[in-house]
Amino acid sequence: MNARRCADVIVVGAGIVGAACARALAQRGLEVQVLDDYRGGATAAGMGHLLVLDDNPAELALSAYSLQCWRDWAPRLPAGCAYRNNGTLWLAADAEELALAAAKQQRLSTHGLDCELLGAAALRAAEPALRADLHGALKVGGDGIVYAPNVVDWLLAHEHIRRCRAQVVELDGAAVRLADGRRLAAGAVVLATGIDAGALCPELPLTPKKGQLLITDRYPREIRHTLVELGYVKSAHQATGPSVACNIQPRPTGQLLIGSSRQFGSRDPGIDGTLLARMLKRAVHYVPGLATLNAIRCWSGLRAASPDGQPLLGPHPHRPGLWLALGHEGLGITTAPGSAELLAAQLCDERPPLPVAPFLPQRLLPEAADA
Amino acid sequence: MPELYIDGQRISVAAGTSVAAALALAGDGCSRSALNGTRRAPLCGMGVCQECRVSIDGQRRLACQTPCRDGMRVETRR
Ligand SMILES: Cc1cc2nc3c(=O)[nH]c(=O)nc-3n(C[C@H](O)[C@H](O)[C@H](O)COP(=O)(O)OP(=O)(O)OC[C@H]3O[C@@H](n4cnc5c(N)ncnc54)[C@H](O)[C@@H]3O)c2cc1C
Ligand code: FES
Repeated sequence: MNARRCADVIVVGAGIVGAACARALAQRGLEVQVLDDYRGGATAAGMGHLLVLDDNPAELALSAYSLQCWRDWAPRLPAGCAYRNNGTLWLAADAEELALAAAKQQRLSTHGLDCELLGAAALRAAEPALRADLHGALKVGGDGIVYAPNVVDWLLAHEHIRRCRAQVVELDGAAVRLADGRRLAAGAVVLATGIDAGALCPELPLTPKKGQLLITDRYPREIRHTLVELGYVKSAHQATGPSVACNIQPRPTGQLLIGSSRQFGSRDPGIDGTLLARMLKRAVHYVPGLATLNAIRCWSGLRAASPDGQPLLGPHPHRPGLWLALGHEGLGITTAPGSAELLAAQLCDERPPLPVAPFLPQRLLPEAADA
Repeated sequence: MPELYIDGQRISVAAGTSVAAALALAGDGCSRSALNGTRRAPLCGMGVCQECRVSIDGQRRLACQTPCRDGMRVETRR
């Protein structure tokens, strides 16, 4: 392939994951070329909730490590990134959920994370806007929120990173072909195109999980923490059928960002009004006062889900020169910094900060028959 | 001819005039201020863009979708 070598590494996709990878590589002294055609992806659609999830040890390790990265970045993030370390309250609606909260506290504490079980009275004192009959909540103090699109700009503002608007139409090892016919080569190509990776690499087992969000007008601030029902874990992992869960996030502007829904198999960006209504009812069920507020926008986005729910971070097992940073599902804004460190460490032959085995692409890409 | 108040200033308009049109007739034409203080004004005129959010008698309304009525108090500075 007669391609021009343009950098040490080409990163395809300037969502939060591609941007974090570019930054991590540039910090190791590599020259990085970032390509994105501005079609837009999940990063602009997401809620920007930075949260530790603990459905399995790999997810807990990656999200906890990433949250620490976010707290380290925090003092340097420009105001437009709207970072706040406001904490998450996992709401327990009944005794069973309170037991779930206690078990979660156990797991997170073992991992050294700041969390506190609140009883009904303490919860009411912390968030008076919540319905009065909740049994309590688990407060996770290290969680936060951010406005991800502006973080992308901050991450890419680095002397070793060049950013260029271009559509990649073909991958060829450590080279790419662009829509205008040009070919660019590098020492390695990192694919970080989110759900659209399938068009370039059809063997990847990524499926879309559509989500819908709604944001209100600005109001005097009454809610401080991000409020998530503990049933979220149940509904988020329900294998079939659309699901909704209460997720209410106070933005620094005084707006409330309300989620969330999950719908398999749809790539249609249109709003499903029935599902949106179900989602809002769920939110109003927890915070009755929401019903009187005005909404100003709603939109949808696609989460790129892998079969086991964990991202693919590392070399493509059958395409030398191609590296993958994909499949971040509903947690990619949170886990971008950790994912980037895992990818950069592998690419630069360093010792990774966490075990990489659960994230290696080869676990999901069995040997080709003729390999 | 409904008579209303825009930021305390009295104005009378033809029947059927929207609050957005009344804003254009009185004051700076704007409905509200963004967080950074920039003044914002109606844009689409058809209830879609939400730029014309304004306080009318203490309630948030869309100026372009609200006809003027006698005695209305429209506040663009809160
Ligand atoms: C409704 C919703 C809510 C969410 N809420 C949260 C949350 O609260 N917290 C959290 O941590 N995560 C959340 N997520 C998940 C998070 O948004 C994603 O995991 C994350 O943004 C994925 O980032 P990415 O960089 O991998 O992909 P993307 O952001 O999709 O970026 C891919 C980029 O690749 C570019 N691209 C694609 N194909 C090409 C091509 N051929 N050539 C050039 N460029 C190309 C696109 O323009 C795009 O910029 C949410 C997701 C959704 C949908
Ligand atoms: S001007 Fe667009 S909604 Fe009123």
